[in-house]
Amino acid sequence: MITRSAHEMSQALAAGEITSVALTQLHFDRIAQVDGDVHAFLYLDHEGALAAAKAVDSARARGDKVGPLAGVPLALKDVMVQKGVPTTAGSKILEGWRPPYDSTLVAKLKEAGVVILGKTNMDEFAMGSSTENSAYGPTHNPWDLTRIPGGSGGGSSASLAAFEAPLAIGTDTGGSIRQPAAVTGTVGVKPTYGGVSRYGLIAFSSSLDQAGPCARTVLDAALLHEIIAGHDAKDATSIDAPVPQVVQAAKSGDIKGMKIGVVKELNGDGYQAGVRSRFEESLELLAKAGAEIVEVSCPNFEYALAAYYLIAPSECSSNLARFDAMRYGLRVGDEDGVSAELVMNLTREVGFGREVKRRIILGTYALSSGYYDAYYGSAQKVRTLIIQDFNRAFEKADVLVSPTAPTTAFKIGDKVDDPLAMYLNDIATIPVNMAGIGGMSLPSGLAPEDGLPVGFQIMAPAMQDQRLYSVGAALEAALLTKWGAPLLSQIPALGGTK
Amino acid sequence: MTDSELDHLSTEMDVILSAVARVQEVATPEINPTSHPVPISNVTRPDVVVPSLSQEQALSGAPAKEDGRFRVPQILGEE
Repeated sequence: MITRSAHEMSQALAAGEITSVALTQLHFDRIAQVDGDVHAFLYLDHEGALAAAKAVDSARARGDKVGPLAGVPLALKDVMVQKGVPTTAGSKILEGWRPPYDSTLVAKLKEAGVVILGKTNMDEFAMGSSTENSAYGPTHNPWDLTRIPGGSGGGSSASLAAFEAPLAIGTDTGGSIRQPAAVTGTVGVKPTYGGVSRYGLIAFSSSLDQAGPCARTVLDAALLHEIIAGHDAKDATSIDAPVPQVVQAAKSGDIKGMKIGVVKELNGDGYQAGVRSRFEESLELLAKAGAEIVEVSCPNFEYALAAYYLIAPSECSSNLARFDAMRYGLRVGDEDGVSAELVMNLTREVGFGREVKRRIILGTYALSSGYYDAYYGSAQKVRTLIIQDFNRAFEKADVLVSPTAPTTAFKIGDKVDDPLAMYLNDIATIPVNMAGIGGMSLPSGLAPEDGLPVGFQIMAPAMQDQRLYSVGAALEAALLTKWGAPLLSQIPALGGTK
Repeated sequence: MTDSELDHLSTEMDVILSAVARVQEVATPEINPTSHPVPISNVTRPDVVVPSLSQEQALSGAPAKEDGRFRVPQILGEE
């Protein structure tokens, strides 16, 4: 049962084959069996999850109409605020904090009857590409426990690949949904900026952050997308427009006559051989399914990474000023006669990890007078150039595609001491965030040289998220025919000794 | 920060800054900066009182509190 898709679980619930309480318990059993090895979860909410499951079972028993994912379990990235449930964003500075309110996304999940199992591990404040920056220890990739599960949402992606949950929530500032999906053989979607409310998402870089669905199939992602999306008056950047028809697109998967643009600059030197061969193979399958493949050029993408590592740190240096040891979270050194300023400094020294400090300092520097124009100001101009590149490319193609990440999952510890090498993981995913458009990663197979999953990225214009799902569903179907079974059926069995 | 953290960071910062300084190669004066991916305007709502956090809820995460208020370290009176 736990290896089924969320949609299949939902059908089993509707048919009375299983109750939500039993389904939820099956997932907790699986977590108890394997999470000692994987470490996808930071907190498990047994009581809350089983109560939510019971409520859905009762509603069903009464004959009430319930939503399409009612009673199906989900893993929530720990950057999302959930009332009464410990929320840390992977940081010591928030250890033990229990939020007094629900994020809009969590409120929507509860309303839809989705069962939230617990909170998943992540790089501290979503800064990282490997989940090694979590203050609570790394998450391990279920395909190979010595490797990273991607980041920052490595807990969410690993929980899906380890069959600990059929659905998860991620957030994507520079690739934190898509890159973890790529390296774990799962599906992750970054919706159009403003498509899903950011109210109650602990802010890293406000003009880039976007929450989205993570799943094992394109249809599951679409079903979850539909639940969490929509206008929210509590988020000033929320788009007041109908949610794109993502479920319909995922069900039809019709791409006949669609123009698919291959971004020349996102596939070449620096991309692993197996990543490139799987990408080429997927292109052939899409062409066979009726799409027209064209090449597009986005010459300014080569500056996207540099601009991102100015804009994101600049915004985070401002956003993280709220962790001041006064109103919530950690407080260190509060003794008689010690000033508030010193307490603040001590708390931030102890509470923040190395990458967070690195980015706060970088951002503060980039925003300081005298350097503002050269750094932050220039980065904002690059952002304009990237948007112009996308606009030109979307005149020639309905969607753009590339590999999601330049390599498959690397070993835990390999890149922790080289920030620039770590930042390169996001080279293909960052342009999407800079332009605020939608992007999806789905599995395109295993790299022949290491047997690890490779991700295929699809990018669509703003508020055209349904195109991601049309192309994703078409490719998923073609690959399934080729493989005979989902990619995750090839994942090695987890020890389950702990 | 500790001294060893500072040592580490100062060398890393040079490397990172020279890498990100590449943005200056293409950021010519005629290009308009983009701060935000979608057009945004001020959002207002009717001036009507709606339910909000209670005082108790707002204080629930406070590291220290006293008489229904946040208790903070000394702010005034420093040398």
